[in-house]
Amino acid sequence: MRAWIPHLLRAALLVVLIAFLVSPSWFDPLLKPLVQDNAPAIYNQGSLLTLTLLHLRTVAIATTGAIIVAVTLAILVTRSFGAEFLPLSRSLVNVGQTFPPVAVLALAVPILGFGEKPTLVALFLYGLLPIFENTLTGLTTLPPSVMEAARGSGMTDRQRLFKVELPLAMPVILAGIRLSVVISLATATIGSTVAAKTLGEVIIAGLQSNNIAFVLQGGLIVGALAVLIYDGFSAIERVMARRAGLAARS
Amino acid sequence: MIEIDGITKRYDGITVVNNVSMTIEPRTVTVIVGTSGSGKTTLLRMINRLVEPTAGAIRLDGDDNRSMPGFELRRRIGYAIQGHGLFPHRTVAQNIATVPVLLGWNKARIDAKVTELLTLFQLDPAAFANRFPHELSGGQQQRVGVARALAAEPNVLLMDEPFGALDPIIRAKAQADLLAIQRLLGTTIVLVTHDMDEAFHLAHKIAVMDKGALVQYGRPAELVKDPATAFVQTLIGTSERPFRLLSIETAGDAVEPGPAEGQPLAETVSQRDALSELLWSGRAALPVAATDGTILGRVTLEGLTRRAAKPQ
Ligand SMILES: Nc1ncnc2c1ncn2[C@@H]1O[C@H](COP(=O)(O)OP(=O)(O)OP(=O)(O)O)[C@@H](O)[C@H]1O
Ligand SMILES: [Mg+2]
Repeated sequence: MRAWIPHLLRAALLVVLIAFLVSPSWFDPLLKPLVQDNAPAIYNQGSLLTLTLLHLRTVAIATTGAIIVAVTLAILVTRSFGAEFLPLSRSLVNVGQTFPPVAVLALAVPILGFGEKPTLVALFLYGLLPIFENTLTGLTTLPPSVMEAARGSGMTDRQRLFKVELPLAMPVILAGIRLSVVISLATATIGSTVAAKTLGEVIIAGLQSNNIAFVLQGGLIVGALAVLIYDGFSAIERVMARRAGLAARS
Repeated sequence: MIEIDGITKRYDGITVVNNVSMTIEPRTVTVIVGTSGSGKTTLLRMINRLVEPTAGAIRLDGDDNRSMPGFELRRRIGYAIQGHGLFPHRTVAQNIATVPVLLGWNKARIDAKVTELLTLFQLDPAAFANRFPHELSGGQQQRVGVARALAAEPNVLLMDEPFGALDPIIRAKAQADLLAIQRLLGTTIVLVTHDMDEAFHLAHKIAVMDKGALVQYGRPAELVKDPATAFVQTLIGTSERPFRLLSIETAGDAVEPGPAEGQPLAETVSQRDALSELLWSGRAALPVAATDGTILGRVTLEGLTRRAAKPQ
């Protein structure tokens, strides 16, 4: 019985989010009390739906890039020939994470110009670490007896990687991707400071015109997206873990 | 035939297998025993080149095992390990099919082989083929592990403490099954164990390793009769000697003509178990029956006592 409640809440959140994006005016009465007399309560400088889709697109592109680079790097440094590059790649990825995205934007704009590109660079760098670290963990904590059996049955290095190591590490890798996506969803808003089309636009517009309703709706849409995507990934991870026979003992 | 010829393995200057030479006859069971760290696993893994030797050579039916890539060699040699190492994300059928798939067998042949092996290991294919390893008991997992090792019909099966994690009852059953399957398929088995009872029960020949060296290699009775070193003596256990001798052969091998009263013994039980049965029932003789129930003769306390005595 209780297990239903979270699903119900999630479904409700999704419905509300879609309704808000498709027809924001329905929510006008709710947000009206937050603004001064004549100010608009609903963002009116563009379509919220379009901004949301562009926001998601930016995150998707940056995360896809981060997945490809981080997973490839983690695979390489866990092979015998790449082991010596492990410390180096760890530091590189760590720098990517600790370097503030705002600073990345500031440095990237003179080279790449305003718009989506510097945002993609910032998000890409920021998203590498969780994926890299989790892939590394997934690939280095495989059960030794399973690895021994894979080698003993005559799999080549490549067959071991694709048939055994990656499938078994997949739930952990996905958890890293999930973290990375959620961080990127929030971080992408700052892209609007360099004229990228993201939900940050709504928040910035609110700040500039002292319109709390704008700030709130921008923030809430990003928050709702993050919660829903987080849950979606968690569900996929659970399915994968069950398939991998990992979570089944519980 | 496996010819191990002057094999040495050193790690960072430390010798863990020292100049071991031995010849393993085809279709026999060879058991490697020795204390922990004596190099048993390392020796075994050099046969399928999971470990490359520092010196020496290993030949399989006359061919150096380095004459082909390691992964190809390993597809031809069965390998079963303690804790089975089943792939948790693959079903029982997929696990068993591992090497046949690598070898590119067609689906019909693979399916037939999986069904055959599951049946051989007394696992109903309909019930077990599509289960995942975590849905099996430890004993069933272990059987699937051995089935997987045998799937590509290897001539040679290497086993590293395959029954180490099983409880005594399941282990006895697994040993009996292994012997039956070995006789059926004619596989050459090299098995590592810590358990001397297991060694005497399974082995045609026993290899004793001590600090990386092969200190004795011979038939079980030879080890009891003429232990090469004090270490072998200790391993066998002085007070165990008569029982070790009896555990090598079966009641069927000790049958004498003549009548006897009481519940017949199966001809396949070891003479040690037959002796135990005689002592417990308080009788001087018991009948021995073949698997079809016909009485072959009897075993006697006197006969077994003679067999348990120090060989002349
Ligand atoms: N890859 C390795 N690098 C360094 N030393 C190793 C390596 N593999 C094994 N050794 C050492 O070689 C020795 C023999 O190991 P091995 O695993 O062959 O022993 P074993 O007889 O199988 O022991 P056990 O009965 O405990 O399984 C041990 O001292 C071990 O520490
Ligand atoms: Mg060992």
